[in-house]
Parts: sequence; C-alpha cells; structure tokens
Amino acid sequence: MAKIFIYCEQSTGKLKKGAIEVLSNACTWGSEIHALIVGKPGSLGEAAAEASKYAVTKVHCLENDACDTYSPEGFATVVANTAKAESADVLLTSLSAQTKDFFPRVSVKLESGMASDCTAVSLEGDTLKATRPMYAGKCYANVEFSGAKPAIATIRANALGGIKDSTGTGSDIAHVAADAGNIRTKVVEIVTSDIAKSGTIDLTEAERIVSGGRSLKNAENFTILEELASVLGATVGASRAAVDAGYRPHKDQVGQTGKTVSPVLYMAFGISGAIQHLAGMRTSKVIVAINTDSNAPIFQKADYGIVGDLFEAAPQLTKDFKEALS
Amino acid sequence: MKIFVCIKQVPDTETRIKIASDGNRLDLAGAKWIMCPYDEFAVEEAIRFKEKNSDATVTVISAGPERVKEALRTALAMGCDNALQVALPENADSFMTAKALAKSIAAEGEAHIVFTGKQAIDDDAAQVTQAMAEFLDMPAVSVVLRAEYGANQIQAEREIEGGSIEKYEAPMPCVIAAQKGMNEPRYASLPNIMKAKKKVIKLVSLADIGVTADEIKISYSGFTLPPERAGCKMLEGDVPTQSKELVRLLREEAKVI
Repeated sequence: MAKIFIYCEQSTGKLKKGAIEVLSNACTWGSEIHALIVGKPGSLGEAAAEASKYAVTKVHCLENDACDTYSPEGFATVVANTAKAESADVLLTSLSAQTKDFFPRVSVKLESGMASDCTAVSLEGDTLKATRPMYAGKCYANVEFSGAKPAIATIRANALGGIKDSTGTGSDIAHVAADAGNIRTKVVEIVTSDIAKSGTIDLTEAERIVSGGRSLKNAENFTILEELASVLGATVGASRAAVDAGYRPHKDQVGQTGKTVSPVLYMAFGISGAIQHLAGMRTSKVIVAINTDSNAPIFQKADYGIVGDLFEAAPQLTKDFKEALS
Repeated sequence: MKIFVCIKQVPDTETRIKIASDGNRLDLAGAKWIMCPYDEFAVEEAIRFKEKNSDATVTVISAGPERVKEALRTALAMGCDNALQVALPENADSFMTAKALAKSIAAEGEAHIVFTGKQAIDDDAAQVTQAMAEFLDMPAVSVVLRAEYGANQIQAEREIEGGSIEKYEAPMPCVIAAQKGMNEPRYASLPNIMKAKKKVIKLVSLADIGVTADEIKISYSGFTLPPERAGCKMLEGDVPTQSKELVRLLREEAKVI
C-alpha cells in the first residue's frame, strides 16, 4: 500500500482550510496516510487533534524552536528528512504562499519530481497521477514522475471539492524533535494587511469573487463592488487594465500576470475579457458578465450576461442579493 | 561584486495555445517570444543595484534554445554587462533548469546576489527560485515587493495571502525573486539596443557544467484545452428585471447562492 505523506500548514496552532481539504480527501483513497505538522514544541496540540479526526495512520508533529516562524530552509529540511526517513511514496500539500515557497527545496533535497498547483490528483496503484494547468489555465497537462520517490504535488485550493467529512477514530500522534538544519533567513515580522485583518478570504481561495475592469473609471467607484461583495461574502478582484490604471493594487489582479482563481461564482463588471483575464478565471464554476458592449468576449465565456450599465446594475444587484440572502 | 539575473523567454500573454497533433506537447509555432514579465523586474532591480555599487557587474543568464538570445539581448540593452545562454532542451523541467542555472552561476565565480522573477508565465511552476537557491546552497526570498541592500545583508518584503507582508533579513549571497511592482522596469534606448546586438553571448553546454538528461524529474503528456461553456444566457428587460432574474437563476438554476 502506498505511503502518502501530507504536509499540513498551520497558522497560530490551527490547521489551514486547504490543508484539511487535502488531508480529508486523501483519507478516502484507502492508503496509508501520514500528516506532517511543523512548528515549535508545545504549539501543535490543537492542530494535531484536528488532523487526527480524519482516517490518518499517524500524525507527525515535527518540532523545533527554530520553526516558531516560517523559514524556507528550515521547513524544507524538516519535511524532506521525514519523508526520506519514512520512505514516503507520495508527498502532497495544499498550494499556499508558504508551500509554493519551500516545496521546491524539498524536491531538490529528495531528487524528486514535483508538480505545482495541480487541479486533479489520484492514485493508480502506488503511482501518483496529477493534472496541472499551464499558461494560467489556457491548457492542462498530465504529469509523469520519473524522479526518486516520493512523487511531490502541490494542490490548488478547492480543486478536490472542499473538505470531506471526518471519518477517523483518533489516530496515533507522535511528537518528534526535528533537525531544522542551517537557517539563514526566516520571517522576522508579519505585517497583516487591512484586508486580511477584516477576515476577507484571499482571491485564490475565495468561493465568490466580484471583479471590476477599467469601466469603473476610478478607485472610489470600486466601493459599489465592495458593497456587493460584502453582501455576497465575496472577495473583490480586478482586471489588469484596472490595476494598471491604479484603481486597485496588483494583489487584486486576476489573470495571467496576476492570480489564477476558481471560485464557485465569478461576477465580472465592465471587464471586456482579454485572453489574459479569461485564462485566470475560466475555471470558475459559474461566470456572470455585466458589460455595456454586447460583443465583449467575456460573454462567450460567461453563463449569464447582462448588457447594461454596471453603475446601475451593481447597486441593484446589491439590493436584490441582500433581500434574497436575508 | 558579481550580480546575476536569471530570465526565461516565454510566449507573450496574447498567445493562443494550440496542442500538437500527438497531444503530448504544445504547438508554439508563430508565438511571439518575450522576456517573462516578472523577470523584467528582476533585471531592473539588478541594474539599479549596479548603478548604486560601482564595483558590481551584472550577468544575465537564460537557459533554453537559440531563441533565448533575443531575451538576453533585451536584458543587455536594459543595462546588463554580460550574457550567458545555457543550452537547455525544451523539455527540461524546473529541477533540471534550476540545477543548470545554479551550476552555470557557480562556474562564473562567487555570486553576491542572484535575481530572478517569481515565476514564469508559461509553465507557472514557480519552482526555480528556491530550487536554484538549494543547489547554490544560498538563502532565498521569493515574491519580493521591496528590498533594501546593506553591506552584507538584504532586508526583503515578501507578499503572501491577502496582500500581507512577511519581512526577512537575509545574509548575502542570496537569491531574490521579484514580484510585479518591485520597481518600474526601464525601456531600453535605441543606442543601447544597437550596442546590445554587438555583444558576445557566451554559450554554456550541459556537458560544460556536468548536467545530464536524467536530471529531468517530470514530463508532460495528454495536453487538453479547458472545456467550453454551454453558452451565455442573456437577461432581458430593464435593470431591475435583469437583476431579479439573475438572483433567481443563480439560486434556482445554478444553485450557487
């Protein structure tokens, strides 16, 4: 039976949603599942208890005082050493700013192949099958792994269909003093953005996105989309044109030189649908387009379209969604 | 002080993707090739460092076939001093690319800083920065929005989820991967473009740096295009009518609210 190791990112002692998504889905594959959690000694109890709710063979709490904050070198050393010592066949994790950063170092340490940002993963026997997008989603390809074991994959948020029910009966939890190697740089301070403080979900993890283009005309007018987003519990995004015009920061940009997103609902206001933008959002489950130009390419990729003025439509939708959702 | 900047040449963002008839690779004939947009920020950052440190030289490196020389000449025209092409096959993965870049840099002497872009917009793997740093045995900070350079250390700000910032202090030598917005990349002037055309680009073979074909750890097959949608339902009537109908459809038909 394949030995599957899953690195579960924790933040202030709690497992991240993406980590639970990967762990809970892997637990349905009928394999031997190991959860890896990294942090300083004494800080991982709650995260380990959460992981052990799923049908996990063993939860490994890999502890070192130097892992109190994130470092690419330290976390890569801890995860690679454990995967090697335990003869892992497959090493998975949820894609995040952190795992995107340090997993390539793990692949070098283990001389393993790594597939980034996969939208589908499965096991055929002991072999990992993975599919990943390229060109920001303009195409997809299957990945063959030819490096040393384990085969490594990072998985996009929401790609496995969300968190599955817990089925575990309380697994074995081991606390291990882990060697973190030579750490030359680590996080010395985190400056939390206003958006993160407000609890708004990052675009890449959001289930609903309300996005605006250059037709919004200025930064202040994005308020009408923020009001709609607040009613829907959505995150606000923007086209490259709106970002280049200075209406929104680059972190809000959806598309090929911004973020690739796949929410359940994507609403595009005044976005014509340049190929670079469509690449970044076309895997959204349902796409709504609002545009004055009935020939805008966005309508070819949308499920529902309104030809009209977004300055009229957005406040009206805010009102109607508020009524419908109350 | 030796500064290196690693760039990748990629099809420009307007490119429409075609799959070759065997389904196992892309047909990129006719694509317009450009320097990866994130790498432009890396080149600009390297040149700005040189402008403030008169003893610094900037070597730009690209791994790939003959065509990558165009991207190297763009970087030379922007202000890099030397250029180096590592002859890497088209099917190289991130592991092999990172190893080839690291060994080429090591062969040129002791690096002070290695700049690169946060990811290439073709395969979107975002692996080369940290993998190359691992091969070079250097610390690295990726997705950097701002960096300040001291005598022996770099203070770097890295963007994470929701636009929050992680601050790092890293000793040199160090790898720094640029995020969009780190600076404003310059346009090359016409005289500099002409001068860049005459510069010699050093060619490094895989044999020169001891990298072999078995360094490829992943390969791709079965390319597909994303599925098309069934078609767009256009909503009729005035705005209040359209709005109410949309809310109803999202709830009753699409079942997403």
